[in-house]
Amino acid sequence: MYTQAMDIPNTDGPTAVPAINEQAREAEFNERAGRGEIVEAKDWMPEAYRKTLVRQISQHAHSEIVGMLPEGNWVTRAPSLKRKTILLAKIQDEGGHGLYLYAAAETLGTSRDQMLDALHTGKAKYSSIFNYPTLTWADIGVIGWLVDGAAIMNQVPLCRCSYGPYARAMVRICKEESFHQRQGFDLLLALSKGSEAQRAMMQDAVNRWWWPVLMMFGPHDKDSQNSELSMKWGIKRISNDELRQQFVDATMPQGELLGVTFPDPDLRYNEARGHYDFGAIDWSEFWNVVNGHGPCNKERLQARVDAWEEGAWVREAALAHARKQAARVAAAAA
Amino acid sequence: MSNNKEWPLWEVFLRSRAGLDHKHCGSLHAADGAMALQLARDVYTRRQEGVSIWVVRADHIHASDPTDKAALFDPMADKIYRHPTFYELPDEVDHM
Ligand SMILES: [Fe+2]
Ligand SMILES: [Fe+2]
Repeated sequence: MYTQAMDIPNTDGPTAVPAINEQAREAEFNERAGRGEIVEAKDWMPEAYRKTLVRQISQHAHSEIVGMLPEGNWVTRAPSLKRKTILLAKIQDEGGHGLYLYAAAETLGTSRDQMLDALHTGKAKYSSIFNYPTLTWADIGVIGWLVDGAAIMNQVPLCRCSYGPYARAMVRICKEESFHQRQGFDLLLALSKGSEAQRAMMQDAVNRWWWPVLMMFGPHDKDSQNSELSMKWGIKRISNDELRQQFVDATMPQGELLGVTFPDPDLRYNEARGHYDFGAIDWSEFWNVVNGHGPCNKERLQARVDAWEEGAWVREAALAHARKQAARVAAAAA
Repeated sequence: MSNNKEWPLWEVFLRSRAGLDHKHCGSLHAADGAMALQLARDVYTRRQEGVSIWVVRADHIHASDPTDKAALFDPMADKIYRHPTFYELPDEVDHM
């Protein structure tokens, strides 16, 4: 998902084994988290729990911010003023989502600049999905429908996650996500009622995005490295495979409404399971993108680094202005 | 990247409707109060969630320590006479 890299080993090195009295404290903590108790920023927590959360929440935040780039590509070329204002509002929401999440991660004692530095130096990951290009206007519809749709599947259970600040950020985000998915579907619905060329453009977008979207849910449960601990701590509530299945099941009837097909010959309803079966995912493509070799990895990261560096003088000037004003007020009062 | 180049952290409180209290809704970084208000308006009221905003520098907030929770709040647990339901009155005046 937006935090797929949680399923690959942590490269920060191992967390030190806690001392004996810490272990007892940790056992008690695990028990409380398992019961569904909410942990707040200043509460005691095991170092591994804190580290896992910082990794997960910052990855999630980075995904929201990098996720603005593929859509930003179409702001100036949206086909009408209405579509342009909708797209702008959607992208602005994603910026807000990044902010809520960075703020939640900051409560764990990491600074915003540290997190951005990790992103800019390639140490921190963001979702693989944003390393694919948006080639046509139909891609914007498919992103709303499928990418935001997949994100919603993953984010709704996070509203009940054990860390209070993260859970509250997710509640706020989920309230806004439904608009994202609906505007995407609405855009595609318009294309589906359009010309032959418009329907072909939509089908082409679905063909290109379908498999990368299924990869968003991350590796199969049996290959997912940190899932068990995250489940125990109440950071993760539903497994990758379960969420992926839920998503496929929910999406099929919607695709029928749009009159699109999916690029998977094995996709069909399985009466016995009561679910859709689907074909094997090409995990070599997934790992390739996660490890930096997707179609747009370099471009995305460069865009973020450029934005940060080109904005440096604005950040510095605002701070200098604020300090000058504060000094003036202080002098006047003296 | 040193920390003193970071804009300070602000906590944002929103009054969602006239007549209600301001309620904490999130945080943001801003260089000063005016900018914090402007950003809070942009980030936290995009769908008319508020009619009034307070922003407070996060480092100006004094908060109780979670480890003092029992000492601070447990003593109230046995003071049930502070609640109206503690008093069983005759039926005639029970909606008092
Ligand atoms: Fe989002
Ligand atoms: Fe979204």
